[in-house]
Amino acid sequence: MTSVPLLTTTDGRPLKAALAAAGARARRRALFLVLPLLVFVIITFVVPIGQMLHQSVYNPYFSRNAPNVAAWFAAHPVGTEPDEAAYAALADDFRAMQAAKTAGEAATRVNYTLPETRSLITKTARAAGELAPPYKESFLAIDPKWADPAVWQAMRSSSTAYTADFYLIAADYERSADGSVQKVPEKQQIYLKLFAKTFFLSALITVICLLLAFPIAHLLATLPMARANLLMILVLLPFWTSLLVRTTSWIVLLQQKGVVNETFVALGLIGDGNRLNMIYNQTGTIIVMTHILLPFMVLPLYSVMRVIPPSYARAARSLGATSWTTFRRIYLPQTLPGIGAGALLVFILAVGYYITPALVGGADGQLISNLIQFHMAKSNWSQAAALAAMLLVGVLVLYWLYDRLVGIDNLKLG
Amino acid sequence: MKRLLILTTALGGLALPAAADEIVVMGWGGAYTASQIEAYHKPFTAATGTTVVSVDSDNPATPIKAQVEANNVTVDVAILEIADAVRLCDEGVIVPIDPAALPAGADGTAAADDFLPGTLTECMVPTDIFSTIIAYDTSKYAEGEGPKTIADFFDTAKFPGKRGIRKSPKVTLEMALMADGVPANEVYATLSTPEGLDRAFAKLDTIKKDAVFWEAGAQPPQLLADGEVVMTMAYNGRIFNAAHQENKPFDIVWDGQVFEWEGMVIPKGAPNEAGALEFVKFSTSSESSAKAAEFISYGPPRKSAASLVGNIQGTDQPMSPNLPTAPENMTNALASSLDFWADRDTELGERYNAWLAAN
Repeated sequence: MTSVPLLTTTDGRPLKAALAAAGARARRRALFLVLPLLVFVIITFVVPIGQMLHQSVYNPYFSRNAPNVAAWFAAHPVGTEPDEAAYAALADDFRAMQAAKTAGEAATRVNYTLPETRSLITKTARAAGELAPPYKESFLAIDPKWADPAVWQAMRSSSTAYTADFYLIAADYERSADGSVQKVPEKQQIYLKLFAKTFFLSALITVICLLLAFPIAHLLATLPMARANLLMILVLLPFWTSLLVRTTSWIVLLQQKGVVNETFVALGLIGDGNRLNMIYNQTGTIIVMTHILLPFMVLPLYSVMRVIPPSYARAARSLGATSWTTFRRIYLPQTLPGIGAGALLVFILAVGYYITPALVGGADGQLISNLIQFHMAKSNWSQAAALAAMLLVGVLVLYWLYDRLVGIDNLKLG
Repeated sequence: MKRLLILTTALGGLALPAAADEIVVMGWGGAYTASQIEAYHKPFTAATGTTVVSVDSDNPATPIKAQVEANNVTVDVAILEIADAVRLCDEGVIVPIDPAALPAGADGTAAADDFLPGTLTECMVPTDIFSTIIAYDTSKYAEGEGPKTIADFFDTAKFPGKRGIRKSPKVTLEMALMADGVPANEVYATLSTPEGLDRAFAKLDTIKKDAVFWEAGAQPPQLLADGEVVMTMAYNGRIFNAAHQENKPFDIVWDGQVFEWEGMVIPKGAPNEAGALEFVKFSTSSESSAKAAEFISYGPPRKSAASLVGNIQGTDQPMSPNLPTAPENMTNALASSLDFWADRDTELGERYNAWLAAN
């Protein structure tokens, strides 16, 4: 056997190397083409989400303004009775805070962990000039709360810039005075319930959207083109209308003295005294969000149904299948990529919906996004970030489940 | 339009650095700033020759904090809500104003005693008092049969119908306790105890099924006008406007009102600090604040100004009965507590939301 002569290009370079070089050039060119998008995605997506995740565990406002007492906490284990050195360190921090006018932001941080410490800290900072040895007595003279172990535990919790406190709060937990983690009182528990409600309502809205969109999409896909286009515009028109306009229109329709109730009363279907409560509650949230998200279900379904050849269904019928069997075993499986795409779109949009539940949700139609907004309005960015991060993780878990159960390649968006 | 106005005025401010005989005042725009231009800016210019440039913002607390942090302050005086003023004062963004420098009241009372108790703080001089009240639709009740007390708001047996409630614990909890018979001066002490808090929520429970919750200040007059509710918590200025400018049949129950206040502050590093102080002194005098109250239904914060308020501008009706500060409206009134809400805002916000979500 003779060895195969090395293949070369006409200018004598080995073919393998020449191919690799050409391939690398093409890849570089391709990279160059996607570079703007890559940079865009990094700047507008990866960096902000990274910052948000960072924000949810990072809050330096107490630790950086109270370095001395933070050092004392670092040197002494949880449960150590604060000694004179601790009070002295705190006094130094308070003088520095008063000089730099930073007591407000430091106090705000501690107040997140233990309510009512904000006024305690700002009041003490204002009186920082009067602090003198023995410091413990001096602090207690300003406010006896300084002897409360819970206050010291809250400061200990706040004395590191990185903290899991905001995730604890987001899971309805708090730190007790001895530093252990405990469930907050029943009356204060809100986040887990709201997460559950958000996911439940989103799933419900997805199912309703699917039930409503399936026949419409089927009709659109089977009608002659001209009439289908007309119907398509009816689907798209609300899609192109401002979200706020659609939400307020629903208020006009559904409120107590609204169009729907007035019509029912005029027709004698309901009495004037017991008008239906269809808005400013959970019902309102479901109705309005279903309407707003419906096009996101119709469009993927339509695009899938349009290309399903009608001959399959005809073949099944001619072989003796009932219409129900034909639908269940022939037609439905073929629409699955559209159902998957529509359901995923609607569900993920619904989970993060804010403005509609805020406007029509009333008392019991609130979703977790309304609480995220609540904390943002109070400038509690860390808490808002922690809640948002938990929502993100929840959605990713569901996405993973979807991938395992249905398969992400089995998804057709249009 | 408003945004454009902000932008152009902001750019204008950049282009022309404030001259020594000019001060820049940042307010909230709308009817509120219009009242201040008539009552403060124009008379001040007439008296001193100093030009007053008016700039609008959605909430001046945000831009002045940004300006001070960027070391590029273009505003001399800003109008803030008290809660923001206390926060910015703690953060050193605005400068302390000595109460002794302020003019005495029209009756000669020293400024520190003339302002309503608790309203004068380290860095802010109050200009006006606004209030959350109960408003109702008079056309729903026979003459003299309407609600008269805060307790009536919670009495759905005597006054059936839906109630508009603010979707926030602030003011709502205070009103619930007052309706339950807690005197105004004990409300915050009661709310500070777990039992008192439970009591407030228990009172709210009694009208929860009849409640429509609102978030924005524009909603309650709309809810009343639509017939969605028969009475609602609302801001007094909004109800005054609906009643007097749009002729809606709305009336106000002043019993159990919870009032807050706004005022003037001077940002640290203001380009014309001396001029700013002169302007604050001029504008917060008894005469000026009484004048401003004739343009908008916000009460003057000085006791000595109450008797100086004249007719509603452009009419021959006295403004006084429409002000939160009128003596007959103050018989059972509560000053919103800054410290209480600074401490418990988040905690009670969570509990209120939990209460809302519970069925």
